[in-house]
Order: sequence, then structure tokens, then C-alpha cells
Amino acid sequence: MKKKKIAPVIYIILCFIFLYLPIVVTMVYSFNSSKSLTKFESFSLRWYENLFSNGEIMNAVYVSVTIALLATAISTILGTITAIGLSKSRKVLKEVIINVNNIPIMNPDIVTAIGLMILFSSMKMEKGYLTMLLAHVAFCTPYVITSVYPKVRNLDPNLANAAMDLGATPFQALTKVILPMLKEGIFAGVLLAFTMSFDDFVISYFVTGNGVSNISIIVYNMTKRTNPTINALSTLVILVIVITLVVINVIPIMVRKKRERKAILIEKPQELKEE
Amino acid sequence: MKHFVKLIRPYMVWAVVMILVPLLLIVLYSVTTGGNDLINIQFTLENFKKMTEPIYVAVFVKSFQLGLLSVGICLFLGYILAYLITKFSERVQSLLVLLVTIPMWINTLLRTYAWICLLSDNGIINAILGLFGLEPVTMMYTDFAVVIGLVSDLLPFMVIPIHTSLCKIDHSLHEAAMDLGANRFQTFWRVTFKLSIPGVLNGIIMTFLLSISTFVIPKLLGGGQYMLIGNLIENQFISVGDWNFGSAISVILAFIILIAITSMKRIDKDEIEEE
Repeated sequence: MKKKKIAPVIYIILCFIFLYLPIVVTMVYSFNSSKSLTKFESFSLRWYENLFSNGEIMNAVYVSVTIALLATAISTILGTITAIGLSKSRKVLKEVIINVNNIPIMNPDIVTAIGLMILFSSMKMEKGYLTMLLAHVAFCTPYVITSVYPKVRNLDPNLANAAMDLGATPFQALTKVILPMLKEGIFAGVLLAFTMSFDDFVISYFVTGNGVSNISIIVYNMTKRTNPTINALSTLVILVIVITLVVINVIPIMVRKKRERKAILIEKPQELKEE
Repeated sequence: MKHFVKLIRPYMVWAVVMILVPLLLIVLYSVTTGGNDLINIQFTLENFKKMTEPIYVAVFVKSFQLGLLSVGICLFLGYILAYLITKFSERVQSLLVLLVTIPMWINTLLRTYAWICLLSDNGIINAILGLFGLEPVTMMYTDFAVVIGLVSDLLPFMVIPIHTSLCKIDHSLHEAAMDLGANRFQTFWRVTFKLSIPGVLNGIIMTFLLSISTFVIPKLLGGGQYMLIGNLIENQFISVGDWNFGSAISVILAFIILIAITSMKRIDKDEIEEE
């Protein structure tokens, strides 16, 4: 059996090298003291100093982070209440809305982007921070709806009625009964919305203007010449994303383990007593 | 329960303004001329006629070739990877799947930029070739570079759905097939592969959609002269300023993807009905 397993392991390793090579190279060369992309001369933090003293880049980081936070907050609220409302709507209306909601998910980013660009310009809106935020809410909300709606459908339809029969106002039934039961779906939606918004290039590129740019746009403009400062910036962005993903995947396991341990601790004294 | 029906109203308004109106505007621009203001428009089919000019036909052909080639390579590499991953214990599997998904969360632009460092004439791969006394190979600004960039960007989108549908297959089906006298190849082809078709189709749709509409990867790795559908649209909107022609191309692009999705769904349905 063991002999057979070598080839698959090698194949998997090669695939991961292919996927991770660009990421590793970026990280390694962000610590290079020279501008060369091939020769690693010596370790230095020169490009990180450059990064933090570059006002343009810092401004882009600020734009990316604030837009991602605001777009996530708005699209989560909008998406969640829509998903709850949808489950109670008439069938025809429900289907129409779900189909319309799928359009931005299925459409190529570039088509969504130019649609919004034409929309903003025909409404005579000045392109900048606000248009970028609106566009981000527009493409994040459908993803929140698709991750929350299945959870709403699984709820017992009598739940809210029961709460209201027991004297809860509709608002209380919503916030105290329904929302807590949708926690998982909402959380998935938040995560999806945040990363989609934080990573977006195509849509932001078309709807922004007046010098407002996010990280992706800055990188796009800087790639015309080699610039290791981008490597430093990507290294930080990659670290943030990887740490977030690992934490999200590891925390549930840790919590479960802790609970198990607690359960053992609680059970053990009883066992001792019995003995 | 009726109280919650009202909750979809904000999104209904939002979806009309931010999803439907932009699409209608694109269609409107595609069948009119008269510049980027909507004041003096005239209906025409010139924009679509212009697309039959050889230069533009060539762009479409090239996009299809590279898109299908990348999808094909992703399918081949991704299927094997997904299949091999299912052979591990559940714990290792979830770790491997996490490793496949991490690059998906990292900005395409940053990863594509890293490929420039690897592929350029004085880049890392040529430096390694030099160590073996080989002549440097020009890889940047070729089809090869664009396909490498596309495949490394899209591979996770192929692996994840295939892995999901492979995991759903009941293991006893393999045993049954073997018991009934199928050899390993027959078992794979007529049981495993057949049951994984929904995942394969999902993977193909995702990667095709992303590869045919991309404009970042060809721009960074293919150079300024390199034209795919995405670049053509970007050019019309950003540099040339012919929004009408740009919209017409977008309409065609959206249409191609709509056809691709519906035909894939039909194959999927036929397969299920056949069972």
C-alpha cells in the first residue's frame, strides 16, 4: 500500500507548488535589499519602510478597508432582511427576485462593472468613493442573500408566530428568535462579502474616479514598472487573509475541543465521587 | 408572519436600480449611436456589424481558444487533484481543501504580478535554466504566460466543485461495481466519473466564465498589444471612449455566457434523467 501512495503525494505537492509559487516568491522578494527580481542580495525591510511612507498606498489601504467594512455591513443587513422577507413572499415574486439576484453572480465582472459605470454617469454622479461603495454593495448583496436564504428556508415557519403569540412584537421576534437561528448563514455571508469587496479590482476600476483608488487599482497602476514595494504590500495583504482564514477554520475546532475538555472535567469529579 | 413580507421592498427597489437598469442601459447603448450622452441618440445596428470586422473576429476567436485551452488544462489537472485528495482521511482532506481555497481568496492581481517576476526574461525561471547552462527563454508576453496565469488563477475553481461531488459518492457503489465484475478503469469511468459530472460541469462553467471575461491577466502577462474580449471592452470604455461599441461587445459576451450556462445545465439535467 505504501509504495502506491508516493505518486499521488508527488502530484499533489507539484500542484501546490504551482499554486503557491507566486505567493512565496512575492513574500521572499519583499525582504530583498536590491530591486532585482532574481538575485536575493540580503535581508532588508527597505520596501516596508517605503510602503509605510508612501501616502498614496496608505490612502489606498484606507479606501480598501473602509469600503470593505461599510459594504459588508450594508450588504449583510440588506441581504439578511431580504432573505427573511423572501421566504414569506408569493412564489412568483420570490422566483423573479431570486433570478434577478443571480444576474450579478453569473454575469462577468466586467459587464457588471460597465453597467454600473454607465448608470452612474447617466445619473450625473461624480465618480469616486460613494460610487465605489454603492457598486460594492451592489455586487456583495447577492452573495449574502444566496448564503442566508437557504438557512431561512430551513426554519420552522411557525417559529415567529409562536414568539408573537407569546407576546413578542414582530421586531422582537425578528431580532430575538429568527436572527440568532440564521447566525451561520449570516456569518458566511459576512465573510464572503468582505473578501469579495476587499479583493475586487474590475468593478472598482471602472466605477472610481477623482484619484480614489483601492489596493488593487494601486497595484495595477504600479505593475507597469517593477517595484518591490508592491511585494511588501502583497505580503501584508496575504498575511492578513491567510491569518483570517486559518483563524476562522481553526477556532471552531478549538472551541469544540475546549468544550470536550470541559465536559471531561465536569464528568471526572463525578466519577471520582462514585469511586 | 405577514409582517416580514415588507422586508423585501428595499431590495426590490435596489435590484431594479442597481441590477436591471444598468443591464438595460448596456443594451440601449449597444443599439444606438450618438456619443456617451443620452441626449442625441439614434438607433442603429452598426455596433454589432462592426464586430464582424476581421480584427474583432480574431479577438473573439483568440479568447475562445485560450479560454477553452485553460479550462481544458484546469479540468485535467484539477480532476486528478480532486480525485487524489478524496483518497486521504477526512482530516487531511479538509486541510488539503483549505490549502486549495487559500489562493482563491488572494487577489488575482497580486498573484498575477508575482508570475511576472517568475516568467520575465531576467526572472527566476530563466535564472534557474541558466544554472543548467540553458539559454534564457522568452516567456513573458506570449500565449504561454497568459495560459499559465489563467490556469493558476482558475485551478481552485475547478478542484472544489469536483471534490465536493466526488465526496458525495457512496463508496459502496464502487464495491458493487467491482463485485459485478467491472475492472478498475470501468468502475472509474462508468461509476465515479459519471457521478461526478455535476461537479465537473460546475467547474467548467466557473472557469470558462472567468477565463473568457478576464482582462487583468492578459494585460499583465500578455503585454499591451495582447487583446482578448475583456481587454477590448476595457479599451472601448477607458481609452477609446466608444461606449456604444463597448456595450455591444458586452452584450455579446453576456450572451455567450448565458448560452454556456444554459447548455451546461441542460447536459446536467439530461444526465440525471438518464439515470
